[in-house]
Amino acid sequence: MTDMTANGVPEATPHAKSSLLTQDAHTKQRNAAEKRFRIYGITAIAIGLVFLVLLISSILFKGVGAFQQTKLTLQVELLEAKLDKSGTRDIEKIKKVTTFGYNPLIDTAIKRALEEGGIENPFSKGKDLRKLLSSGAAAQIREFVVANPDRIGDTVEFKLLASSRVDGYLKGRVSRESLARDKNLTPVHLDMVDQMRETGVVNKGFNLSFITGADASESRPEQAGIGVSMLGSFYMMLVVLTAALPIGVAASIYLEEFAKQNWFTDLIEVNISNLAAVPSIVFGILGLAVFIQFAHLPQSAPLVGGLVLTLMTLPTIIISTRASLKAVPPSIREAALGVGASKMQTVFHHVLPLAMPGILTGTIIGLAQALGETAPLLLIGMVGYIASNPPEGLIDGFLSPNSAMPAQIYEWAKRADPAYYERAWGGIIILLLFLMTMNIIAILLRRRFERRW
Amino acid sequence: MSFVKLTASALAMTAATATVATARDQVQIAGSSTVLPYASIVAEAFGENFDFPTPVVESGGSSAGLKRFCEGVGENTIDIANASRKIKDKEIAKCAEAGVNDIIEVRIGYDGIVFASQLTGPDFSTFEPADIYNALSAQVMVDGKLVDNSYNSWNEFNAELPAVDIAAFIPGTKHGTREVFEVKVMEAGCKATGAFDAFMAANGGDKKAAAKECYKVRTDGKSVDIDGDYTETLASIDANKDGIGIFGLAFYENNTDTLQVATMSGVTPSTDTIATGEYPVSRPLYFYIKKAHIGVIPGLKEFAEFFVAEEIAGPDGPLSEYGLVADPELAATQEAVANETALTN
Repeated sequence: MTDMTANGVPEATPHAKSSLLTQDAHTKQRNAAEKRFRIYGITAIAIGLVFLVLLISSILFKGVGAFQQTKLTLQVELLEAKLDKSGTRDIEKIKKVTTFGYNPLIDTAIKRALEEGGIENPFSKGKDLRKLLSSGAAAQIREFVVANPDRIGDTVEFKLLASSRVDGYLKGRVSRESLARDKNLTPVHLDMVDQMRETGVVNKGFNLSFITGADASESRPEQAGIGVSMLGSFYMMLVVLTAALPIGVAASIYLEEFAKQNWFTDLIEVNISNLAAVPSIVFGILGLAVFIQFAHLPQSAPLVGGLVLTLMTLPTIIISTRASLKAVPPSIREAALGVGASKMQTVFHHVLPLAMPGILTGTIIGLAQALGETAPLLLIGMVGYIASNPPEGLIDGFLSPNSAMPAQIYEWAKRADPAYYERAWGGIIILLLFLMTMNIIAILLRRRFERRW
Repeated sequence: MSFVKLTASALAMTAATATVATARDQVQIAGSSTVLPYASIVAEAFGENFDFPTPVVESGGSSAGLKRFCEGVGENTIDIANASRKIKDKEIAKCAEAGVNDIIEVRIGYDGIVFASQLTGPDFSTFEPADIYNALSAQVMVDGKLVDNSYNSWNEFNAELPAVDIAAFIPGTKHGTREVFEVKVMEAGCKATGAFDAFMAANGGDKKAAAKECYKVRTDGKSVDIDGDYTETLASIDANKDGIGIFGLAFYENNTDTLQVATMSGVTPSTDTIATGEYPVSRPLYFYIKKAHIGVIPGLKEFAEFFVAEEIAGPDGPLSEYGLVADPELAATQEAVANETALTN
């Protein structure tokens, strides 16, 4: 109470008038300031929460459609006259029939489904009927025929992808009004779709091939999946883990436990911190120059992508490893040295195991960061129509061209067909799930193993 | 410790195999983002119908693609460059410097460039090249004299156009589309308004210098360069209901639910009007093949032949369905690809 005078209260005012029960003006002011601050804080958190809810709900709202896909169940007669004129079942001859040769079979199959359902067919041309189906349908049937040549002549039930506009109609993205000026589909088609839904030909179901499938070309978004680029991301993370973890841990152990404190180590430390703040696109340019143009590694390969992301992740791993090494109390080291352990034994038998949870947490967070990175991949050729072939085997996985999940999402968002937009949001949901899982693992590891002194 | 040893040796092994065994078995393509959709459609169909793996198609723009194309010969370089314009003599010379001597030029068809705006926005339904020139150029003709462009709304120079502020989103200078816009729209408008003659007079009769003046776009923010893809232009139009954007015909046809297209000189853009040449703003699309890679990269020639086959690039093929205007001289192109006829320099 003695410092009241310092706060501008006139000297003449006697102290005795203040009471703990009645607040004076200055206390009121201080309490009000605290109250205001609390309100600011709560508002800040509330704003953050509102944005988070908006973000997540808009992602879910826009992306959930990608996990559903419309399919037509059709009875396709595999006409011998079209698919194997010679009748010898020679696989090379069967392969000569291109996907275009399968179109008449599809036309017949759709007509048959319409007749069976008693639905009127207003189109005379097969081309107009086929607009209901994805252009990938022919490829699906051809693949089946090439794999099972003995089924030629039979009538086989296929679940064929509907075209993106039909799919969009069932998902509420496409309406009769929006088709008014669209040359890809007409409202008449939609009337047919409505009737075919009643007869059970058109169905919407869970879209597993979105999670496991390969990228598709611009004209068939209904077929595109994120599976192959997920593998690309997986192989890149494998490279990052095997390269960044040993290098990062070795560097931090040396710097923390063995290196002398002089201007040179200080310089290295400062530069490691600087590297952590370098924009990721810079690492992309570096990767292009060093790994592709100088070392002649293949373009668009997950190996190169992984190496570039390793450079980006290293500083994060080094900084977190050093922090967790520092957190091990010196008494542990002194005790180990005291009972006769060598410096190396001290570090590897005592300090490193105790620092391991922190190192792993840092690594996982570094990996999560690398998983979501697109910018450096732009420069090493991993964005485009790349993720079209699933890799065959381990070496192929590292070396053959592939994309990565964020790069695939970026690519989809660029494409013309609005159906790709939905795929992009669906891809974001999957990517977010991965990132959340990794962060949760990091938190669990820390909770479970971290020791506090 | 053994873990560290193991990972180190595994890493060394992967690196060693990577540098030795890079026998590439798929065709690699890069270049124009306008050609990318077509190339991806063909690549996908190629992968389905042949025993070769699906070719890889990257974007990045015509110039960037040709630059990578001209880096040299070898498995580490791309086999095909997509371009929405013809290769320049400068680029051919650069290619030759790096050892890329025989280049096969393949014209796949034509692409239309359209002016579109929000479906619910003001009624931009008819344009003349002169309107675009008056709205966007740096200098315009007023009362027979060249003055800096100070038009604020479209109806100031053409009473039939809506009375809204000028806002145009045009492709940036990196894009091949920009060149077509300059030559087919800006220059035509320049000539129609009489500004071309004025520029000619000012430059002492130098046609090239006058044309360059015509290409200059106003810099007061009413014309915005879009360096990204058409989706970026679409987003800009979505955000500005008075905005006019430049799109490829195929992109517009995939987004007819939000965009309205304007006629140019009274002609509605469509594959038909572009094929007949009535719609003025169109350009040929190309891809370029490295002849030295034929026979080295499996499937390269087969892919090129498949690309220009009648069932793909013809008037009833999937490319034309997507928005490409089929080339009437496709047969000649097919022959050139079959004979591996290279450009003569």
